[in-house]
Amino acid sequence: MATAVEVRDLKAWFGKTEALHGISMAVEANHATAVIGPSGCGKSTFVRCLNRMHETIPEAKAQGEVKIGGMDIYSTPAVDVRRKVGMVFQKPNPFPSMSIYDNVAAGLKLNGTHSRKTLDDVVERSLHQAALWDEVKDVLKKKSGASLSGGQQQRLCIARALAVDPEVMLMDEPASALDPISTAKIEDLIFELKQKLTIVIVTHNMQQASRVAEFTGFFLMGHLVEFDKTEKIFTNPTDKRTEDYITGRFG
Amino acid sequence: MTRIRFHQELDDLRHRILAMAGMAEQAIDLSVQAYSQRDAALCQRVLNNENAINRAEREVDEFAIDLLAMQQPMAIDLRFILAVLKINADLERVGDQAVNIAQRVLNMIEFPASELPVDIPAMATKVRAMVRDALRSFIEGDTELARHVLEADDEIDRMNHEAFSSLSRYMGEHPDRAVQALDALSVARNLERVADHATNIAEDVIFWVRGADVRHGAGQTMAGN
Repeated sequence: MATAVEVRDLKAWFGKTEALHGISMAVEANHATAVIGPSGCGKSTFVRCLNRMHETIPEAKAQGEVKIGGMDIYSTPAVDVRRKVGMVFQKPNPFPSMSIYDNVAAGLKLNGTHSRKTLDDVVERSLHQAALWDEVKDVLKKKSGASLSGGQQQRLCIARALAVDPEVMLMDEPASALDPISTAKIEDLIFELKQKLTIVIVTHNMQQASRVAEFTGFFLMGHLVEFDKTEKIFTNPTDKRTEDYITGRFG
Repeated sequence: MTRIRFHQELDDLRHRILAMAGMAEQAIDLSVQAYSQRDAALCQRVLNNENAINRAEREVDEFAIDLLAMQQPMAIDLRFILAVLKINADLERVGDQAVNIAQRVLNMIEFPASELPVDIPAMATKVRAMVRDALRSFIEGDTELARHVLEADDEIDRMNHEAFSSLSRYMGEHPDRAVQALDALSVARNLERVADHATNIAEDVIFWVRGADVRHGAGQTMAGN
């Protein structure tokens, strides 16, 4: 198996508070890796370091090595990093006044693509990949992103991220605000997307982690306590702290 | 501690399976006693208790399946419930073996007592110790004790083979006592099966506590570790 994301001794701070204490992890390409842990454990901070989003917060900084496809992201312009590493958030955040079409095309246009044919092709492909095409193909330019349901908005955001053809997709609790049917669609989508790219998903829902991810990392107080195959983590974890967390004995 | 209700329900499940274990253990004790004393009343008690064991098996299964469906347990809790489901089935089979022994004893006492070349009480003592140790290993989560149970099974297998050889020979030499010898042979085989169920229970205890699958001489832990 190839490594898509190589993290070595990653530390992150909010002001003087160290939130990550030297995380090392190898994320396998074309697999989903789940990041779990109690609130405040550093899991969101961790994924936000993987596309240099963390440092956009005032007084936040990160240190260490993150290589994505061999590219050292901390010596690469952030905008180039984010082109390779897409991100989807807990709350869908489509551009509310833009049409569905423009939402998906936004990233490409920002990157300088203006050919109508290319934009049409990419929008259609991305919406297909995000399993949204059939639901919106007739209203692409008529309806705004904000007019869609929560689940559709989230898939629209995934389509928007896919449009720039990323190698890695970071998902920070992508289904926590969605109903079970929309959640199932997102999970099916993750399964499909893994064939093309690598997924790192933060989730509070351990059943979701066990359903979608081949690998799982358990974070606690800024440390990566355990990282292993998902079935190992959820059936027979090595570390007592992991077991206590996933069985609800603390947290 | 979170998920308090779930952990209370796990305790409840533990109590239910232990109650079931008590009934199965008592059934085997009574049937062995019935053999030694040629006591029809004891046999009848074993037969009468069978329904209660069967009912307890269904109740434990239902409770465990509800927990699986409603609580989505993980790790050691998941393994515990899976182990309980399997132990439950083994205990019910122990109850069945006790019934088989009681039926054989009822048949035996229709015939005059005869001195048979087999020490059923000695075998029964060892088998009951295995059942007791398997259940104790479950109560205490003691995998060392569970290992001892696995080792003890070889001795019971040996005793059963010996019983087969000596009783077969005896039947050839004393065809007029073939019925008694056949009944004793059947009792020995039932005891050997009880020992197998005790072994299964011990394996399930190891699976629950360590996540290791030691069935059929394997030593793998779950998820290939």
